[in-house]
Amino acid sequence: MAAHLKKRVYEEFSKVVQIPHEETPAKKLRLSKPSKSAALHIDLCKATNSTDALQYLLQFARKPVEAESVEGVVRILLEHYYKETDNSVRLKIASLLGLLSKTQGFSPDCIVDDAINTLSNEKSHQVLAQLLDTLLVIGTQLPESPALRLRLVEVAYKHLSDTYFGVRNKCLQLLGCLGMVDAPVGKENEGPGTSLGGLRDVQSIISDYFGDQDPRVRTAALKAMVGKPCNPPCTACRLLTDDYEQVRSAAVQMVWVLSQLYPESIVPIPSSNEEIRLVDDAFGKISHMVSDGSWMVRVQAAKTLGSMLQVSPHFLEQTLDKKLMSDLRRKRTAHERAKELFASGEFSSGRKWADDAPKEKLDTNTVNLIASGACGAFVHGLEDEMFEVRIAAVEALCHLARSSPSFAEKCLDFLVDMFNDEIEEVRLQSIHVLREISTHITLREDQLDTVLAVLEDSSRDIREALHELLCYTNVSTKECIQLALLELLKNLNKYPTDRNSVWKCLKFLGSRHPTLVLPLVPELLSTHPYFDTPEPDMDDPAYIAVLVLVFNAAKSCPTMPALFSDHTFRHYAYLRDSLSHLVPPLRLPGRKQVYGLDSVDSGPGSGSVESAQLFLQQSLNRVSTIQNLEASGAQDLLDLTIRDLQRLGELQTELAGAADFCATYLRCQLLLMKALQEKLWNMAVPLCLKQNVTATAAAQQILEETYKLEFLYSGLESRQVATIHHVRLQAKALQLVLTARTRQGLDLLIGSCERFLQDVESFQRLFLTELPHLQDSFVDKLLELMPRLSSCKPVELVKILQTTLRQSGLLQLRLPEQIHRATATIIEPTGESDNPLRFTSGLVVALDIDATLEHVQDPQNTVKVQVLYPDGQSHVIHPKPGDFRKPGPHRHRLITQVYLSHTAWTEPSQIEVRLLLAYSSSSTSLTSPSKLGWSESLESLPAAEAAVEGTIPFSKAVKVFIMPKPARR
Amino acid sequence: MPEIKVTPLGAGQDVGRSCILVSIGGKNIMLDCGMHMGYNDDRRFPDFSYITQNGRLTDFLDCVIISHFHLDHCGALPYMSEMVGYDGPIYMTHPTKAICPILLEDFRKITVDKKGETNFFTSQMIKDCMKKVIPLNLHQTVQVDDELEIKAYYAGHVLGAAMVHIKVGSESVVYTGDYNMTPDRHLGAAWIDKCRPDILISESTYATTIRDSKRCRERDFLKKVHESIERGGKVLIPVFALGRAQELCILLETFWERMNLKAPIYFSTGLTEKANHYYKLFITWTNQKIRKTFVQRNMFEFKHIKAFDRSYADNPGPMVVFATPGMLHAGQSLQIFKKWAGNEKNMVIMPGYCVQGTIGHKILNGQRKLEMEGRATLDVKLQVEYMSFSAHADAKGIMQLIRMAEPRNMLLVHGEAVKMEFLKGKIEQEFSIDCYMPANGETTTVTTNPSVPVDISLNLLKREMALGGPLPDPKKPRTMHGTLIMKENSLKLVSSEQALKELGLNEHQLRFTCHVQLQDPHSDADTLHRIYTHLKSVLKGYTIQHLPDGTVIVESIVIKVSSSTEDSNTKVLLLSWSYQDEDLGSFLSSLLKKGLPSGIC
Repeated sequence: MAAHLKKRVYEEFSKVVQIPHEETPAKKLRLSKPSKSAALHIDLCKATNSTDALQYLLQFARKPVEAESVEGVVRILLEHYYKETDNSVRLKIASLLGLLSKTQGFSPDCIVDDAINTLSNEKSHQVLAQLLDTLLVIGTQLPESPALRLRLVEVAYKHLSDTYFGVRNKCLQLLGCLGMVDAPVGKENEGPGTSLGGLRDVQSIISDYFGDQDPRVRTAALKAMVGKPCNPPCTACRLLTDDYEQVRSAAVQMVWVLSQLYPESIVPIPSSNEEIRLVDDAFGKISHMVSDGSWMVRVQAAKTLGSMLQVSPHFLEQTLDKKLMSDLRRKRTAHERAKELFASGEFSSGRKWADDAPKEKLDTNTVNLIASGACGAFVHGLEDEMFEVRIAAVEALCHLARSSPSFAEKCLDFLVDMFNDEIEEVRLQSIHVLREISTHITLREDQLDTVLAVLEDSSRDIREALHELLCYTNVSTKECIQLALLELLKNLNKYPTDRNSVWKCLKFLGSRHPTLVLPLVPELLSTHPYFDTPEPDMDDPAYIAVLVLVFNAAKSCPTMPALFSDHTFRHYAYLRDSLSHLVPPLRLPGRKQVYGLDSVDSGPGSGSVESAQLFLQQSLNRVSTIQNLEASGAQDLLDLTIRDLQRLGELQTELAGAADFCATYLRCQLLLMKALQEKLWNMAVPLCLKQNVTATAAAQQILEETYKLEFLYSGLESRQVATIHHVRLQAKALQLVLTARTRQGLDLLIGSCERFLQDVESFQRLFLTELPHLQDSFVDKLLELMPRLSSCKPVELVKILQTTLRQSGLLQLRLPEQIHRATATIIEPTGESDNPLRFTSGLVVALDIDATLEHVQDPQNTVKVQVLYPDGQSHVIHPKPGDFRKPGPHRHRLITQVYLSHTAWTEPSQIEVRLLLAYSSSSTSLTSPSKLGWSESLESLPAAEAAVEGTIPFSKAVKVFIMPKPARR
Repeated sequence: MPEIKVTPLGAGQDVGRSCILVSIGGKNIMLDCGMHMGYNDDRRFPDFSYITQNGRLTDFLDCVIISHFHLDHCGALPYMSEMVGYDGPIYMTHPTKAICPILLEDFRKITVDKKGETNFFTSQMIKDCMKKVIPLNLHQTVQVDDELEIKAYYAGHVLGAAMVHIKVGSESVVYTGDYNMTPDRHLGAAWIDKCRPDILISESTYATTIRDSKRCRERDFLKKVHESIERGGKVLIPVFALGRAQELCILLETFWERMNLKAPIYFSTGLTEKANHYYKLFITWTNQKIRKTFVQRNMFEFKHIKAFDRSYADNPGPMVVFATPGMLHAGQSLQIFKKWAGNEKNMVIMPGYCVQGTIGHKILNGQRKLEMEGRATLDVKLQVEYMSFSAHADAKGIMQLIRMAEPRNMLLVHGEAVKMEFLKGKIEQEFSIDCYMPANGETTTVTTNPSVPVDISLNLLKREMALGGPLPDPKKPRTMHGTLIMKENSLKLVSSEQALKELGLNEHQLRFTCHVQLQDPHSDADTLHRIYTHLKSVLKGYTIQHLPDGTVIVESIVIKVSSSTEDSNTKVLLLSWSYQDEDLGSFLSSLLKKGLPSGIC
């Protein structure tokens, strides 16, 4: 063991030694034009055999080349190309040419001639293919030159008859990309193109290759044809039955493109004299592909179906069509039977054998075994072997159903069936889909029954998706409501962790169906006309669930409160206070005096939002008058406004983000104002060290707040961002002034002055468009003085800054339309447990974390979990991208595990878990680092200037009791 | 013309006793070797005397292929190989090879030990028979001998069920065995590539049925079981040991897992346990879900399903029990049924078809009072449910397979004649291919149109390529000159020079000559010169020479002029050409017959 450790130590040691060694070659980066090409030239001349040359070329390809030296390099490469006898080297050179011509700022038209010339002398097919690829790159780089395109098309045409499939492939690609035939080009051809004997139009050339012997060429031909407007060719349809799956797949795409281009053109049906719309025909053909032999094609076909929204409803409904028969007798599907049973008032008998016995006899001639057209495409797709196909089919159903209510009604049964799929992903997807189309449908009782059966699923995702679905569902009868409530209570009983989700679900169920709930109320609240019933336990989650349902229904049903018993009113008051997000304000007769305040305060409905908005705006306006006020008055006003805004945010959830944002902004201003009004400014420098501390802290705090402002809120426009940056600039100025006053080190000061000036410049660069809005502000004044600032001495600069800071007023904040604060709530761990989590020290224990995130953009990259140990150690854990789910818009859910470990403790103690939002200022800066050349190496990237990275805690910390035990020996 | 002959010994317009003989390209193959459940006499096994009256079958069969382990497809195998006598290769897939002997042994036990039959195959015979088996893998091409090759495709139906593609030269036959085109909880769907066989021999059990989605059936089943369990009742599911039983187990197991149920599920022990073991092993033969998740957990390692003990039947509380046999006619399932029949909370679910006369059949038809042996009657109070789970392709599935394989002819077996008739009509109408449905012992002959492969010498091909257009156009046939050599069963196309060289023959020149009379008053030499100029003007692009010895040569054609003996004005032209220039020669002769135009000097 010891020896092993020693070895490890040595290993690491040697690594440390290596690092400076590695850095040395990086230094010789001298990128001058002659050296680059010359070096390459020398390298290539040195190469004695082809492998060497290949090595040099490979090395060369790893480094980027500047636009100005590209041409030289290209010449060198071409020169070697002519000399080279080895195919592989020529191939590499050809590919390098292609790469080089992609270099930004280099116009590749100068190498076209050479490339075309080499083409005519080339014998190797592989190299030919590569050269054509290079030409393709050049062609796409120069889209504006029709002459060049014509030439390239000519070249492609010439090589189309090559025997090697790769060459033909590339030629077709070239034709596909560049041979865009606008009508005039065809005529121009006759001028220069006499050698071709009149260039035929590109489509017909390409379509000739639909019959090529090589499937790869056929695929390429189809792909080249995609994106070309052309008349419906039957040839593409013929390729739908090709032997090779890639061809079929390309053909599906082709047919789809056609159907999108000419949806309304009329095509004849072969072997009959009827005619149908092209999109319908294509829909039928693609539907047919859903039962293809290759699952890749099936997936593609199913997905494609989802995007064909123009198809006529008649065809659409065929996709769900299935005619059953048994022994040549017509049989009804289970769906039909369920419907009939429901209609006849009997509910789910199905007890008898042969209950599904076939009834009438079928005429053998009418039975259609081969699905013609779109028949049963989705029936097939939903029963497919591969879950990828099933998911694609479910998604396609979703898209189609959203645009057609009648289809939504029809596909309901099928989606409900999918709730029973063996793969959870499919089940989940179908629940989501049903939610999305739920506006179009009303569930029947038997359907609801099937849906509700899933509530017992052990997977939390499924259950929550289903709750979400129930929130949006319309049901038809009061029995349905009862059924749903019953099942939800069962669910609550079985999985108590679902509490919140179930309550929320009942809230929506109640507010959606007040009239259906009304007749159930006495039963639900177990009231009796004569007798008083015992008061239920207020802490029972099931009882709360019932109350949530009833109260929400009562909101739009004024007759309901009359049915409540006394304790119900008491419970209402309690719940309204404790679960205000679930229980709406009710207008209760005779109790107005008690609850009046509550209901008036937040007011009913949307009117309150408007008034709150008005209030917000007024507060902001009031603040803008601050300049005219005395310092203390201004501070008071700010204080007051901040308090108002905070309260407003609490009351009006819709405006919480905006109110919070304003409050934070104003707090920054307040801090700044306070810092500037400190007495220290009047004091002599050596005396003010102490006061400095508060001001420095204020500056620091403002900085932090600005980062919060910038990254915690979504929906900001660039104007707000500019305002935030402006505040940050002020804070930085303040810091600078303070440093100048405390420390005497001139070098330090010069450095920070330079940095500050850079900041100002980058501000100017970033917010050029916003500058007019910032008139009379700090920055505005600074920019006026800029020429002077950049030349003057640090001390002078500081003085200027000081005065500007004090003179500049408050910048008016304008609110954007929608602004939301990113929030996170940790649902689990709850922090209530008294039982410590015990584990052996040195080993790890997994802690389940379940949190909801609201309004977080790109949580996969930004959200982190922080674990804080009592000894001050803190770990930041980056959850896996797969741990984030997206249950709704602007909402994410993080379900992950963090691993804890620590050395042994004597006592159990609490650790803190919280979520952090990571930010980096470079990520949002408007100048995203542009990609350098064709090589993606990052070595030459200059360090992003002043990229500030940090984290903002945005959830409440949760305490978890843990106890690492010493390992037993 | 070569022919493929197909003769069903069993399963021709019939279900059970599958045994089909195929003669293809001089090879004889037996597909499946099953027994008939309905008979207890000689009709139980296929009539092997059709192949040969006496002696062993080895000389007459090149191989035997078994599609899957159901007894109606492999039940007669030991009888054939050991008692009739066959020593050639027997092919089956790995799972079939593993499970087949268990079932054969069980079958033997019931027939010999229970029914007391003699003259039946013994355990040792089963073992000896299995020694002759060569296992197959999916999509693996196995060379039976130099010409015969077979390849297995996935067929669904039961674990290890396969379709076989049999190929001799360019002729091929596909035999499907039993297959299922819709996936279920433990098996995938049958799949075949576009192999375009000459004959597709397909089962047609459900020729006249189009089935509903399996999801509804499954949901119904699960709901019934779940409701009964919630009520505290006991559920009895009589099953046959293999195939559907595993399907139902998986279904219930996953449901229990999903719904977090706690009630116990029992599986009556016996051969099923052994079989489950093999199910665990052959994960690659199962469906996508099981294949993908077995790394975390093998689905056949049941968490909720435990072995059943007789005493458990009296335990209180809800439970689900799978018990054999499936028709409630004897054994454990009947015992449990008798115990539970009296309580209306309990339930029995019949997952399959029941033969008339069995208790299963009676209760399904609603009989509530059963007479037991010893004059006792049994009141049936428990609920009776019927749930059909079948793993055969329905009519649509069969059509889908035909679409996938694109056969030239179709042959239906393993189904009832009336139903086949319907499907036959449909197939002929939709695909316009011939469809056959031979009865047992009836031979169907299909003539094939085999392609004959010919080797062409590269030089010749290149030469022809150089002459014609740049690319061979698959749409247009092209003619070329060459010599076809048939030698030692192989065909070769070479250039004529090479053929001569190879065969050691001398080349013979073949020349055509003809006389053309021409009215021309000039001298012979002048006439010749006039002909020369005339031809020069007509035939551009040909080499025309006027030789001093008084001949004109156009390519290989020689033209001479002599005066007629009677009339000096009548010139006789002598034309001579080799047969390669036949076209040009005949053109010239007809041209010269028209005479020379006057304007030539």
